[in-house]
Amino acid sequence: MNDTLDVVLRLVAVLVVFLVLPLLVGQTEHKVMAHMQGRLGPMYAGGFHGWAQLVADGVKFAQKEDIVPADADRRVFQLAPAVALLPYLLVLIVIPVGPDGFVGQTVDAGLIFVLAVMGVGVLGSLMAGWASANKFSLLGGLRTAAQLMAYELPMLLTAASVAMAAGTLSLPGIVDGYHWWWTPWQLVGGVVFFTAGLAELQRPPFDMPVADSEIIFGAYTEYTGLRFALFLLAEYAGIVVLCALTTVLFLGGWHGPWSGSAGWVWTLVKTALLAFVVIWLRVSYPRLREDQLQKLAWTVLIPLSLAQIALTGVVKVVIS
Amino acid sequence: MAPLSGFPGSGLAKGLAVTLRTMTKRTVTAQYPDALPELPPRSRGVIALFEENCTVCMLCARECPDWCIYIDSHKETAPPAAPGGRERSRNVLDRFAIDFSLCMYCGICIEVCPFDALFWSPEFEYAETDILDLTHERDKLRDWMWTVPAPPALDPAAEEPKEIAAARKAAEKAAAAAAAAAEAESEPGDRDDRDDRDDQEKGDA
Repeated sequence: MNDTLDVVLRLVAVLVVFLVLPLLVGQTEHKVMAHMQGRLGPMYAGGFHGWAQLVADGVKFAQKEDIVPADADRRVFQLAPAVALLPYLLVLIVIPVGPDGFVGQTVDAGLIFVLAVMGVGVLGSLMAGWASANKFSLLGGLRTAAQLMAYELPMLLTAASVAMAAGTLSLPGIVDGYHWWWTPWQLVGGVVFFTAGLAELQRPPFDMPVADSEIIFGAYTEYTGLRFALFLLAEYAGIVVLCALTTVLFLGGWHGPWSGSAGWVWTLVKTALLAFVVIWLRVSYPRLREDQLQKLAWTVLIPLSLAQIALTGVVKVVIS
Repeated sequence: MAPLSGFPGSGLAKGLAVTLRTMTKRTVTAQYPDALPELPPRSRGVIALFEENCTVCMLCARECPDWCIYIDSHKETAPPAAPGGRERSRNVLDRFAIDFSLCMYCGICIEVCPFDALFWSPEFEYAETDILDLTHERDKLRDWMWTVPAPPALDPAAEEPKEIAAARKAAEKAAAAAAAAAEAESEPGDRDDRDDRDDQEKGDA
């Protein structure tokens, strides 16, 4: 009985985090982006500095008509948002927040699980792009596919580098083995992992698949209402997951002063800082062209991640 | 930033610095309906009518480049001031309207008005949902007169305005006359002297 309650509580907690943190990131993006552009951003919804803007957006999306184009592949079209969103929920379950089992569910090969499931999320965009029966959606879907191919590799390689350093695939195990000098040691890998993650989330400046000035909104062109909102939520959930993963793998998760009692705060603070960087990059840089995107992945990130693996291996052999 | 310019990626860092710096600065957003804008002096918001000064000379209506001023009037005759004199006639304003859907805010009407009956008011919140409602009649134009700011102060060494100069001269003349009368009462032999001075002042005016 107690075990069941424990599992239910953990799942509810993960669900709450999954529903709240992306909205927080979204609201922060509204405000931070506005101030970086000399604006104020939302000021009315909710009364105080527009804190309820995303709630209002959600209500608006819920009121909209749910449209499926006549020529669309109905079931795939309707399933795509769920496929895009749910993987991030699954990933959140295994991300350790604090020491001593402060995690939804410990998975031994957590790193493999996380990377595999995150790859599934991109399938949602592919399904949407194909099922919409719209040339812009198809173009967006194909660009998503090309981007997935290019950036999954450096992401896996750098994650492998961390796994080599820690000697385990378990996420809590990796954080347990962390020492402060891992961050400079794995710095290149961390940057590559973060960049590749951004590209996989199709965040600016890697948002060629949804380039609104060229192909309307890529794979999501035909979506309205709640399904569209789910795609947007998936993007922000993806930011949370990416930042949390980068924190766990490269920034030492809960490690920091007083990590014994307030370790989970450290994880959240580091995640929030990375989320800020995600927003900051979006405001600062223009979109990369499709060929630049591919060039960056194949000629810069993959060589860098291979070099990181070599460095990790050499250091590992030297210190053992 | 110049020594950094050769370093690869310095452009990326510069971009990040620009956005971060902007974030720490004050925003430029004007929260208009909540906070009223600070308009510069002599803003051209709307044209106000000081109808007490209007003589229905029609100069404004004739000079208006897009013919957006409508004036109706009639003539009234007043009895002669002295018995046996001619009857005096004067124009009475019946309608003064400006169609702000046509007005291009050139201000020519205000410039040409010889009697200072038209003024710029900074008031700008008179949007309407129907374009026909933008033709504002004399009562509305008169109400806007209350929002006209006082004219800007003169420069420190500027010449006195003509109206004030004339009024001051008249006041000085009256005072001088009163003083002369008082003098004449005490010394009845001095009358010629005062007459001379009076003539001189008339010539000045």
